[in-house]
Order: sequence, then structure tokens, then C-alpha cells
Amino acid sequence: MFESLSERLEGIFGRLRGRGRLSDADLDEALAEIRSALLEADVNLAVVRSFIDGIRAALVGEELSRSLSPGQQVIKAVNQQLIRVLGGEPLRIVHASVPPTVVLLAGLQGSGKTTTSAKLARWFRQQGRQPLLVGADLQRPAAVEQLRVLGRQAEVPVFSEATDPVAVAGAARGEAQRLGRDVVIVDTAGRLTIDAALMDEVRRVSEVVRPDYTFLVIDAMTGQDAVATAEAFHTTLDLDGVILTKLDGDARGGAALSVKGVVGRPIAFASTGERLADFDQFHPDRMANRILGMGDMLSLIEQAEREFDRDVATQGASRLLEGRFTLQDFLAQLQQVKKLGSIGGLLSLLPGVPKELKQANAVVDDRDVARVEAIIRSMTPAERDDPTIVDGARRLRIARGSGTSTQDVNQLLRQFRDAQQLMRSPGMLAGMLGGGGGARGARAARALAGMTGELEGVGGAGGFDLGELGSGMGSLGGVPAARSSAKGGKGKKKKGGRVTPKGGH
Amino acid sequence: MLPELAEPPRLRDRMGRTRDRLSGYLRGIRSRGAIGEEDWESIEAALLGADVGVATTTALLQDLRQRVRDGGLRDGDALMSALRQDLCDSLTSAGGAELQFVPGATNVWLFVGVNGVGKTTTIGKVARRQVEEGRSVLLAAGDTFRAAAAEQLGMWAARAEVDVVRGAEGGDPSAVVFDAVQRAAARGNDLVLADTAGRLHTKVNLVEELKKIRRVADRPPGTVTEVLLVLDATTGQNGLIQAQQFLQAVGVTGVVLTKLDGTAKGGIVVAIQRELGLPVKLVGIGEGADDLVPFDAEQFVDALFEDAPIAG
Repeated sequence: MFESLSERLEGIFGRLRGRGRLSDADLDEALAEIRSALLEADVNLAVVRSFIDGIRAALVGEELSRSLSPGQQVIKAVNQQLIRVLGGEPLRIVHASVPPTVVLLAGLQGSGKTTTSAKLARWFRQQGRQPLLVGADLQRPAAVEQLRVLGRQAEVPVFSEATDPVAVAGAARGEAQRLGRDVVIVDTAGRLTIDAALMDEVRRVSEVVRPDYTFLVIDAMTGQDAVATAEAFHTTLDLDGVILTKLDGDARGGAALSVKGVVGRPIAFASTGERLADFDQFHPDRMANRILGMGDMLSLIEQAEREFDRDVATQGASRLLEGRFTLQDFLAQLQQVKKLGSIGGLLSLLPGVPKELKQANAVVDDRDVARVEAIIRSMTPAERDDPTIVDGARRLRIARGSGTSTQDVNQLLRQFRDAQQLMRSPGMLAGMLGGGGGARGARAARALAGMTGELEGVGGAGGFDLGELGSGMGSLGGVPAARSSAKGGKGKKKKGGRVTPKGGH
Repeated sequence: MLPELAEPPRLRDRMGRTRDRLSGYLRGIRSRGAIGEEDWESIEAALLGADVGVATTTALLQDLRQRVRDGGLRDGDALMSALRQDLCDSLTSAGGAELQFVPGATNVWLFVGVNGVGKTTTIGKVARRQVEEGRSVLLAAGDTFRAAAAEQLGMWAARAEVDVVRGAEGGDPSAVVFDAVQRAAARGNDLVLADTAGRLHTKVNLVEELKKIRRVADRPPGTVTEVLLVLDATTGQNGLIQAQQFLQAVGVTGVVLTKLDGTAKGGIVVAIQRELGLPVKLVGIGEGADDLVPFDAEQFVDALFEDAPIAG
């Protein structure tokens, strides 16, 4: 739906290559795009303004780099600024000299406080602490019951009473001491910032429980209102940090920037899934990439490094170059990619994936991949090497063996043939080798990808695109700025490039 | 006996809390003879600040600028009226706020959405209102994932004096909805309100599960007459993607915009309506059982411009 900032800036600056300096007009145009991208990512308007001013100051009169395209150079500046704003001093939990250390969670309704309480409890337990969960949300029906269930999952005791939130909070320290717990996590009811009575209540809860840390829990999907919410809670509770939830969706999460900009306190934790384990300390660099629509490349690269087999990838690449890429090679590559996890999840991490694919990533079905695998596995080695020998009888056998229909088999064979033809054309190779994912390369890649997608009738958009993974990973090499802050970035880039047939550089 | 329901409070009364902070600048545009660049910027800031989104805002303003250039809009008052009218038009273009109901059938209204938007609470409020309107309501606790979700729905059911069909925690939500439809048909309930677990639209298997729930609910004797996407007014641009994905997966018929009593404006529904043609049917404007009211485009648009940020 939203074009990534990097794609847009490359568009603007494509014609500027070779010039020595960014002109004011170029800069204005780029800054306008950056502004749009940040707004589409839900960064607050006021925060965008000051952010843009910062970027302008950083870029005015700067020499154009020899190694970076102007677009890349601008992205680098944006990325660095994002990391600077999002990062700063990371929060380090310093435990109270006299236990317990008390943590108070507050936020709007539905931001995920109760789940976050349990996740935080689990996190503390993993740090060797003995947390106690305190249910001070007596507002929402069954909230305490939810906390008790989650507490059992996290193996952490839960304390609450059917009195009132201030009384429960007041009893929390004593209860922790009685049970010998050294961390107390207080879950509070969700409240609107304009609800004066409830804001006063949470202030009183804070006064009696005297928290060492007060965190605002905020949904990563929050729009422009994030600023008003953060300001109000900060005024009432003097926040120590922010916990960002629901980062497992596809929201850009610009609220992180807004909140950080307004409150000036670190984003301490991020919640990335429904399981209690899906919770960790916050990585500003990853968030920066996400806001810019550049995908969470770092996570993908780490995953790829763990899972990928260099030899298989290299072999695939060389066979592709020689025009001898067979169904057997395709199967081997498919295995590699599958190690990285679900295709949908993978796509969401990738930059440079065409828009139609990104939109379709929610409907990508890993079963399509399984079906293609089943078909190829039902072929003899000879058939995999030379699919032209597959006649009617063989087709029927393959269909039966793989639990598919002869139409499915036909379709796969036809698409593989088309893809092979494309790959054999000389221009195609140039496209694939020429970096930046040439149009022809992408087309061939899409043809290959169609082999998985169209079986389900969802078209290339729904299929897994091996080649696009390639150009995605390849473009990583083209956007060094995006990760310039990451340690050992260069080496990782090369490894990233290996993921695909084209990545033999 | 249910206590008597008051007249549904008007959106505007509730939103009136922020009315006194209405940006004087925007109101000032109305009295201006000539429209300056600052005025455009203020309007843009108001729309963006209300989460209407860059693309929709740009499209609206380009059209208005053209009309000003063509002489169709001569002063600030005409401009603001045209903007208000454009917004109202696009918000009503997809149809009205009536909830579809087939008399004599076992109607199923399915409530879907991401986590934490207020699905369960919305069902509680809808149940009460529908009982009040004389319908025989049964609740289906189809959120078998979130801890204690069924308990929460049970408390709402008790308040509305309706029954709730529950399954095991972690059980198959389709089975719960199936049971509810069967029981409703057997007992002569004409409306099943089916809760579902919050799910991000990006989770393929959870979306598949939702499709199955819908198929099961639509099997005779049940007939799905509404699939309502519950959307939190604080949601930013991701709301459009959510609506698109849920529409594609389960054929959403309308939007319930919750938590509109806070400082958030919920402007993303303008984009949702323009891009996807999905009408807003209900808005949540408070915690009380009566604080869920039919969507009123004019009140909503007026509220969009209240307390707008100042351009600069």
C-alpha cells in the first residue's frame, strides 16, 4: 500500500546521479517525500516537522558521496536521525536497594497492558527475579481473571482484591514482601486521557505504590493521537519509558517516534507476538528501518546467517548462470528458503518486494509451496533434470504421487519452461547481474515465482517469489546507508546476497 | 427487567468535551475573504492530525484548490463548507448506518478486528440495544484464545439479560459459533452476535480460521447479515490495511469505530470509505452500555476539525 521511502527517493534522485552536490530544489523534493513517508508511518505531524528540520540541517551543502547514490545518501541521513531520536540512552533496569522493585503499567484501553504485564513478568523471571503480578484493573470485566490465567502461564503469582484499584495497589508491596517477591508489576485499567476522574485514580495508584518504573503501554498501530496520549500520561505519571505493543503486524509504528519525541524517555520494550515469549528490549535501528518501510532486514539477515547453506545457494546460482537450472535445483532453493520460516513472515521483512506482493503477503499460503514440493518430489531424477520427458502417463503418476491433479502438474511444468526460456535469454542474465534488480530479471523471477503461486489461482502475487527475495537481498547491497550503523554490515550484506540464485557476486 | 434506556446520546454531546478547545484558526478561515497558503496548510494539518492520511488529504485538497482556481469557491466560508460537504459525501457514499437484519431468519452478526479494539465490549453494547429493539439475542463466545474473554462476554450477557454459548478455552471457535447458531434456531432466537478473537490481519492461519468461522455461521439455519470490522479510533494509517485485508478475507459489511470519546478523531475511516466503500455503522463514545450509537457523518466531520493542530 505504501511505497517504501527508499523506492521513492531512488525515483527522485535517479536522474541526479553524477552531480556533485544536492541542490536546494532536490533537497526540498526529497524532504517532501520524507515528510509523506513519515506521515504515512503515523509519525505525528509536529514531530515530523522538527524531524525534517533536523534532516535539512544535516544535508544542506553536504558533499555527494562517491559510493552512495544521492537517494542513498539522503536515506542514510534519515536513518541516522531516526536511530538518534529513537535510541539515545537505552533504559537499564536498576533494581531497588530494598526490594521489591515496583513497575507500574498504564495506557489506553486495548493497548495490551494485561498481556504486557505477564510478558514483563516472564522477562523478569528470566533475569532471575521473582516477580509478583498485581491486578489493579477492576474496571474491565474479567481483566483480573485474564491476568490470573496469564500469570499461571508465566508461572508468576497474581495478587488482586475486589476492592478498589488504589487499595489493591496499596497492599501490593506488603503482599510482595510476604511472598518474598522482589519485583512487583502493577497492571492498571485502560483509561482515556480526557477522563479526569480515571487519570486522577491512576495518579493515586502511583502515589500509594511508589513505582520505581512507570511505563506507558502503547499500540504500534496508533496514529496521530499517540502524542496527546503520551503527553497526558507523562504529565500525570512522570513516565520512565514506553512499551510498544503489537509490532507483529504490518504497521510502520511511527507512534514510537512520536512518543519518544514528546516524552523524551526511552522505548524500553517491544512486544512482537501473542506468545508470552514474544517480548524483548527495544532495538532502535530495527524500528528505524521499519518506519522507513525498509523492512526488518537485520532480523532477516540474522535468520539467513543461521539457516542458510552457502554451498547450496552458490550451486544454484552457478547453474542458473549456466542456463542449467533444473527442477531439482529449484527444489533445493525452495528448501533453503523454507528454513527461514513462513513465506508470509519472510515477505513482511523484505524491502523492495513489489507492492502487489506485499499486499498479498497476508494471503500467501505456505501450502502452495508444499504442493510444488510434493509435485517435484514425485518426479524421478530424470524427470527433474529434463521435464520434457514427462508424458501423459508420467503426468498422471506424478499427480497421484503428490496428491495433486494433472492440471497442477501441467501448470508447474509450463511455468518452469517459461521461466527457463526467460533465463536463457542473454538480456535476462544481464538484468540479473546488473544489480538493482533489472526489470527483466524481476520478470524471470516472477515467472519462477508463479510456479508456486498460480497453483492456488492467486497468481504471481500470492506465490513465493524466489527471485524477488534475490532482488530484495541484492538491494540491501545497494542501500548500505540503511544499515551503516550495524556492526559488520558489509560482511552481512554479502551473505545476504547469497540467498538467491542471482546472489553469486 | 432491563432499566429503561435513555435516548442514545448524540456523538456531538460526547465529543463536546473537546469543543471548547476548537482551534480558532480553522474557524477563522470561514470569515476570510481570500484564501491564503496558510489557510491551506491549516486545513491540511487538521486532516492529517485527524489521521485522514496523506493520500486522501492530498486528493481532497487538490480538488478544492482546483475549485478555488476555477472561481467556484470564492471565500473562506465557501471553502470550509465545500470541504465539510466533500467529507460528508464520501462518508455516506457507501450507504447508511442501518444494520442488516432478515426477519424470521437466524441472523448472525460477526465481529472481527485486531487485538484490543473493543470487540467484546461492542458486542455487549449491541446486545443490549438489540434486546431493547425487541430482538431475541444469543451471544457466541467465539474468542477462545484470549484468557478470560468468555468471562468478559458473560458479564456483558448478564447485563443485557441474554444467554451466551461458550466453548473450551483454546477450543475451536467455529464449533462455538456452530453451536450458537444451532441453539438459536432451536430456541427461536433471531440474532446471534458472534465474538471472535482479536487477530492481526497479517496472520495467515488466523485469517483462515476467521474465514472458516464465517462459512460455518453462514450455513443454514444461520445467515450472516453483518460482518462488522471493529476499529479503534486511535488507529492510524494501518487501519486502511486492516480494513482491506478483513474485507478481502471475510467480506466485511461495515465498520464499528470505537473509543471516539477520547482525543483521537478516527479520520482513517474517511480513507476506508473512499478506498474500499465500507460504511461506518456504529461509533463507540463511552464506557456505558448505551454509549454505542449510529454513525452520523455530519457530527463526525465537525468533530474532525475540533481542536485541530495549527499549521506552521
